[in-house]
Amino acid sequence: MLLQSTWFFLWGLLWAVFFMTDGFDFGVGTLYPFLGKSDTDKRVMINSIGPLWDGNEVWLITAGGVTFAAFPLVYATMFSSLYTPLMLILFALIFRGVAFEFRGKINSDGWKKLWDTFIFLGSFLPALLFGVAFANIFQGIPFDGDGIYHGNTLKLLNPYGLLGGLLFVLLFLQHGANWLNIKTTGDLHKRTVAVSQKIWLLLVPVAVIFLIASYFATSLYDNYFKYPILFLVILIAVAALFATRIFIAKQHYFKAWFASALTIVSCTFFGIIGLFPTLFPSNMDKVFSLTAYNASSSPLTLKIMLGVVLVFIPIVIAYQVWSYNFFKGPVTQEDLDMDEAY
Amino acid sequence: MDPVFLSRLQFAAATMFHFLFVPLTLGISIIIAYMETKYARTGEEVYLRMTKFWGKLFLINFALGVVTGITLEFQFGTNWSRYSEYVGDVFGSLLAIEASVAFFLESTFIGIWIFGWKKLSAKAHATVMWLVAAASNFSGVWILTANGFMQNPVGYTIRNGRAELTDFLAVLFNYHGILEIFHVLPSGLVLAAFFIMGISAYHLLKKQHVDLFTKSFKIALTVGLVCSIIVAIVGDLHGTNVAKKQPAKLAAMEAHWETQTRAPIVLFAIPDEKNEKNIIEIGSIPGILSFLGFHDFNAEVVGLKDIPKAERPPVLPVFVGFRTMVGIGTLLILLTIYGWTRRNKLLESPTYLKLMMFAIPLPYLAIEMGWIVTEVGRQPWIVYGVLKTAEAASPIAGIQVLLSLIGFIAVYGLLGVLGFYLIVKYVKKGPEAATK
Repeated sequence: MLLQSTWFFLWGLLWAVFFMTDGFDFGVGTLYPFLGKSDTDKRVMINSIGPLWDGNEVWLITAGGVTFAAFPLVYATMFSSLYTPLMLILFALIFRGVAFEFRGKINSDGWKKLWDTFIFLGSFLPALLFGVAFANIFQGIPFDGDGIYHGNTLKLLNPYGLLGGLLFVLLFLQHGANWLNIKTTGDLHKRTVAVSQKIWLLLVPVAVIFLIASYFATSLYDNYFKYPILFLVILIAVAALFATRIFIAKQHYFKAWFASALTIVSCTFFGIIGLFPTLFPSNMDKVFSLTAYNASSSPLTLKIMLGVVLVFIPIVIAYQVWSYNFFKGPVTQEDLDMDEAY
Repeated sequence: MDPVFLSRLQFAAATMFHFLFVPLTLGISIIIAYMETKYARTGEEVYLRMTKFWGKLFLINFALGVVTGITLEFQFGTNWSRYSEYVGDVFGSLLAIEASVAFFLESTFIGIWIFGWKKLSAKAHATVMWLVAAASNFSGVWILTANGFMQNPVGYTIRNGRAELTDFLAVLFNYHGILEIFHVLPSGLVLAAFFIMGISAYHLLKKQHVDLFTKSFKIALTVGLVCSIIVAIVGDLHGTNVAKKQPAKLAAMEAHWETQTRAPIVLFAIPDEKNEKNIIEIGSIPGILSFLGFHDFNAEVVGLKDIPKAERPPVLPVFVGFRTMVGIGTLLILLTIYGWTRRNKLLESPTYLKLMMFAIPLPYLAIEMGWIVTEVGRQPWIVYGVLKTAEAASPIAGIQVLLSLIGFIAVYGLLGVLGFYLIVKYVKKGPEAATK
């Protein structure tokens, strides 16, 4: 039981870290066509995440891999049920990655415009669809005891699902704008700061509406009413959200980015804790729901994987933090002049 | 619209496209790390220009390899959910370990390599490339170990209606998986070597950057010669292992119908699966198949007729694939041996250089054929002897798979064309001019 519960929270943590890291990449990519007025602006924006996005994306691969390893039944049922949205996310991510690498390789406006479009779509679509997918998971997915899906993809676009999508997009936009506040200078910097303040004004009401809607649309709050201490997580999310705005006003941009990272992590954990111990709830019948206890791997696999994760994830975090620090500071003209830059 | 058939097509298209890029990444990252180390040690500018030139081609290729790999990890869940729930306890952990111990390292440090030229010393920058190369190949080790489990499942027991892990070390040191590792990773080096030699030949024929491309050619030639021989030797061991563990695959590789001792190989044949015979057979050499399978000319080799029809793999693709792979593999060894004799007079060997230019696609073809032999040859099983492919697909509508399959073909087709165009463009552009 303890082993399975531990894995449940590790699973949640990996998704949270993925949203926290690749989240600002998505935000930057979504802001890209709106803030990037000149080619230099655009290049500053993509080079601001250039050295990091690839390593960030691996958190998704790891979250997927760990779902497979620790909860094979969830991996099988979740990804086959959400077939179409997941495929759309994957195609979008393919285009995003290739776009970063290919855009600067040919100096023609048409070529660059093509990849500009893909950078936007490849960032916006995953942000939206992950939000829609997770909000639907919070509500429950129509699948039966044999893991057969009985819904249809368009029904995922229900009001609560769309609200979840909107919330994710805004969270990542805030996070991305906060990142750009750190990485830009001059005129572009003024625009990113102004945008980061505007996004916040949209994010706050959407987050509040989402928290209220969750009460009516899902049973996420059951765990919270059972153990009221858990409301602290929501409190942290709200506090981090307000801290974001205060730090932007004080021009402490790194702290603001850190606050938006914390907002994303605590928002993810709001959902994860609410779901516990269920990973993939069925709304056809509760008994079909896949939980940490009925869908996990064998104790041996869980133990081996726990060893692997406890040793290697801290190492990964250590060298990723080192890499973030290595590339700290605004993107400079010298960075852009480098032959290898995007 | 059979979802199983469509999912197989989709997985085949996605893996085969992915594997157009992976072997080059695996092989050339090591060779580039070597070149950059030479630069860091000697300070000779030619090695820096070399590193940057091959590095640029490497990165275009790398991007395509990475993005096409992501879809594969999720396709086990989307399209093969029955497989995933049945063997996830064993197979899933290998994928998760791959991501956490290798792929993170590769993806984080490639960013440092691309953007760190001015921020790091030459030695530190070369070390970063070694980390990328090691991590990429280590990634391959885990994926091949996972495939080794599908080919020769070990270390598990059937419990709670699924395959559960009982012996992790047995899975890690699975003989079949180890053979795959030592066959596939060197084949990446062979492909990279021929890639470098072919492109160097193109520039040498035009007498451009002669010093840089002569040096590149020679480095690649050594790698190509050594590794093409290793690939063949391990390939032979692979053959004997398949003879023991997967008799149906061996029989299909040789379109071998009748169980017999002193079993022959045929150089050319057209298998007729319906009538269980070969329509035409040319060049039958007795005893050779027995020797290849068991290192004994008199050994008995089981024929397809003695394998129940429901457990036979499709014969034609396996038969043709095997021949093509071995034929090309032999040719590559000959080309590098001959090249070795000409290594100090490359410029005076225009015919050889031209040949090497046209040889670039050959290792690609051989590697894809090798995967056809091993994967199609394992059919009808998805996990040999444990789970059939037909029982492994997700319970989803065929139309969904059809749409995503069309998406894959369109997206990969577009990326393939653009990637090829970019690589050709940068090949033709050549390295930067020497400053001295």
